[in-house]
Amino acid sequence: MLPPAARLAARRLLGLASASASQSAARRLSPSPISSPAAAAATGYFSRTFSSALNYHIDSPDNNPNMPWEFTKANMEKVNEILSHYPSNYKQSGIIPMLDLAQQQHGGWVPVAAMDAIAKIVGVAPIRVYEVATFYSMFNRTKVGKYHLLVCGTTPCMIRGSRDIEDALLKHLGVKRNEVTSDGLFSVGEMECMGCCVNAPMIAVADYTKGSDGYTYNYYEDLTPKRVVELVEMLRRGETPPRGTQNPERKNCGPAGGMTTLLGEPKPPPCRDLDAC
Amino acid sequence: MCLVEVEKSPKPVASCAMPALPGMKIKTNTPIAKKAREGVMEFLLMNHPLDCPICDQGGECDLQDQSMAFGADRGRFTDMKRSVVDKNLGPLVKTVMTRCIQCTRCVRFASEVAGVQDLGMLGRGSGEEIGTYVGKLMTSELSGNVIDICPVGALTSKPFAFKARNWEMKGTETIDVTDAVGSNIRVDSRGPEVMRIVPRLNEDINEEWISDKTRFCYDGLKRQRLNDPMIRGPDGRFKAVTWRDAIAVVAEVLNQVKPEEITGVAGKLSDAESMMALKDFINKMGSDKVLCEGNGPNPPADIRSNYLMNTSIAGLEKADVFLLVGTQPRVEAAMVNARIQKTVRATQAKVGYIGPPADFNYDTWHLGTGPDTLVEIAEGRHPFCSILKSAKNPVIIAGAGLFEREDQGAVFSTIETVAKKFNVTRPDWNGLNVLLLHAAQAAALDLGLVANPTESVKSAKFLYLMGADDVNLDNLPADAFVVYQGHHGDKAVYRANVILPSSAFSEKEGTYENTEGCTQWTIPAVPTVGDARDDWKIVRALSEVAGAPLPYDSVAAVRSRISMVAPNLVRVDEREPSVISAEVKPPVKQQVSPAPFKAAVENFYMTDAITRASKIMAQCSATLLKK
Repeated sequence: MLPPAARLAARRLLGLASASASQSAARRLSPSPISSPAAAAATGYFSRTFSSALNYHIDSPDNNPNMPWEFTKANMEKVNEILSHYPSNYKQSGIIPMLDLAQQQHGGWVPVAAMDAIAKIVGVAPIRVYEVATFYSMFNRTKVGKYHLLVCGTTPCMIRGSRDIEDALLKHLGVKRNEVTSDGLFSVGEMECMGCCVNAPMIAVADYTKGSDGYTYNYYEDLTPKRVVELVEMLRRGETPPRGTQNPERKNCGPAGGMTTLLGEPKPPPCRDLDAC
Repeated sequence: MCLVEVEKSPKPVASCAMPALPGMKIKTNTPIAKKAREGVMEFLLMNHPLDCPICDQGGECDLQDQSMAFGADRGRFTDMKRSVVDKNLGPLVKTVMTRCIQCTRCVRFASEVAGVQDLGMLGRGSGEEIGTYVGKLMTSELSGNVIDICPVGALTSKPFAFKARNWEMKGTETIDVTDAVGSNIRVDSRGPEVMRIVPRLNEDINEEWISDKTRFCYDGLKRQRLNDPMIRGPDGRFKAVTWRDAIAVVAEVLNQVKPEEITGVAGKLSDAESMMALKDFINKMGSDKVLCEGNGPNPPADIRSNYLMNTSIAGLEKADVFLLVGTQPRVEAAMVNARIQKTVRATQAKVGYIGPPADFNYDTWHLGTGPDTLVEIAEGRHPFCSILKSAKNPVIIAGAGLFEREDQGAVFSTIETVAKKFNVTRPDWNGLNVLLLHAAQAAALDLGLVANPTESVKSAKFLYLMGADDVNLDNLPADAFVVYQGHHGDKAVYRANVILPSSAFSEKEGTYENTEGCTQWTIPAVPTVGDARDDWKIVRALSEVAGAPLPYDSVAAVRSRISMVAPNLVRVDEREPSVISAEVKPPVKQQVSPAPFKAAVENFYMTDAITRASKIMAQCSATLLKK
């Protein structure tokens, strides 16, 4: 019988070996089972994924605290409207809607100067706004495309092929995840469940082409790799593809080919007479 | 880690978040509670690196202790541990952020106690990390305290990194002398070397914090020290001599000058014993020119309440309006400032400030820069008057920097007018405070070291500097004989003819009175350097050779002499408030000059011989005071 620590080490080694054994022959030839990061990622051993966004700011010409930034006149009215929802001593409650507004105004991402501006408006230290902005992954703190395509990566969509959807998008646009195309039009990101599991797989498209007034955030559901490329091309041409399910046989989240159940009025429960109540 | 079993509760309860109710049956030591704690411990250690052997917190780590008490002997976590980018928090705090367990104590400390909103919790989930986001330094004079409150080794002391383990060091409970607060500290030493300084709890003075100057000045105790008695030869160079020779030379010169040409100056770090001995000695030689630096031309030494913090430091928490006159507590007495910050945060107390533009870590109303604003308030013409009038416990804090002004008497009588007008001094509340600058100041005023510095120095033929480095020697006659008795080769050494080495606060037993009138002792933590002696012993020996022996040979005898002059100085660890009210003060006929108030402390990190010798303090001034 091995001592516990040795047993643990042996089990770990076994786990590594069996994981690498399932890989292709080429990979098995590599000198060490975890020599290449790609192989390691594929084995699922390092499969925990983190948000790729940094939790700290790095100054750049288009994103630094000395950059002047303020809400446009129209958006300032919206800011005042947001602030009117909260008591004057709880202005900081408006940070999230204001960050959202700033993101729409600034082409899909929030520069650090915008966070400073919001901190000034609500009267808190800038770090309190940074905390909020880094907490929520939907606030982009680096540049995104005019159309930011977010592929749902949660289990139901994944089972229904969201990885293929993402691969198709990335291949078609020729970018990596969270990278912006050279024309600045598209970027692809991943997000967690948006509650469209019944129409999986799905993507959400944040449209920042028309500023905060024409901003839309639409879901495109029941996708295939082919259809998602068509959608991208439609967006590139400036068209607005119909949102919702992309399966012509389905209506919203109903079944393909029309309803099969619940066709009439539902029957009352047999145990009691509702009319008598 | 606070999970306990409560009877009739289906699962373990977090005792820190559960209000105690009558009839509750709580079990803290059952298998269920232990297993629950073991589980929490396993989660805490999931991402914590196993680098205790190379971690400075080892031996005084909360996580280590908890893990020893509640942890399992093995973990089930076999994935990769996460790693986090280290942050740059300045020259004092070293960060190893991978060790952080996200307790957010440092974030709370920074925003609630230090009053600087720089640190925050960024990101979420397993990507969570502590940081400043924009790569700022933590510019607080209390930043070193995050080292103490960090339960793991994520935030440790940069100057102390890899220097010693905590079980190798001897702790000596003493007090700090770098400002007039007298913060309670523990000096950790290994052999003859001071390794670090950490705070000691004293709710009345420094609570559980100390300023960065207090904490990191210790490397100054090892540099620029005076080891041997020295005499400046005809070539202008110092030559080490024996104590016998040095004292004989000083005594000979002393007996050649006229009594009224003898001047003694005590430095800002002097203890009461040495000041008593110096005063007795100079008086015995026939001169009354004994003074302590920083007390100005005409210090208000007659009535104790005129130079003490009468509310006491803890008493500041009862105040609802502050008026700061010519003082910037943040740099003059960081711990007093922390109290004001605490009060402002807890009760939204209003703070008015008269003086040069300054940084505060709470909201202040900058009323003006000079005495004219003070006069306006005294005459009721200033808008701040309405705030003062409606205050229940108003507090005025006047800076000891005002002592240096020529019109000191008039300024203080204007402050007293304000105090009278707005009910600051009442039988039940004395809110008229003076914030002193140096550790020696209060005791010097108690003992009566109050000669006029300009006149005394101008007429001196024999100048005895007892650690006094900041006294202005420009008007000193060229043929004056200067004796410097002190522990550091600082400014005054350039003019000295004879050097007598003495011990620093970490090496001697001395009495100090802080700005609120609380008497405390220093305790020797390390042996003296070289051939140095205690200050009062040197003066005593000199008096013997000079032919005017002082009538005491032991610390106890000096203290019994002190008790005749200022009995409060022998009642240790007690705050003795002033009993005589300021009402009996004679009227002042002086006119207030329009000159604006000046900042008393230019550089927070370098105020005395020890801090000026410190390399860490020099780094701090270079990086943190950069504009």
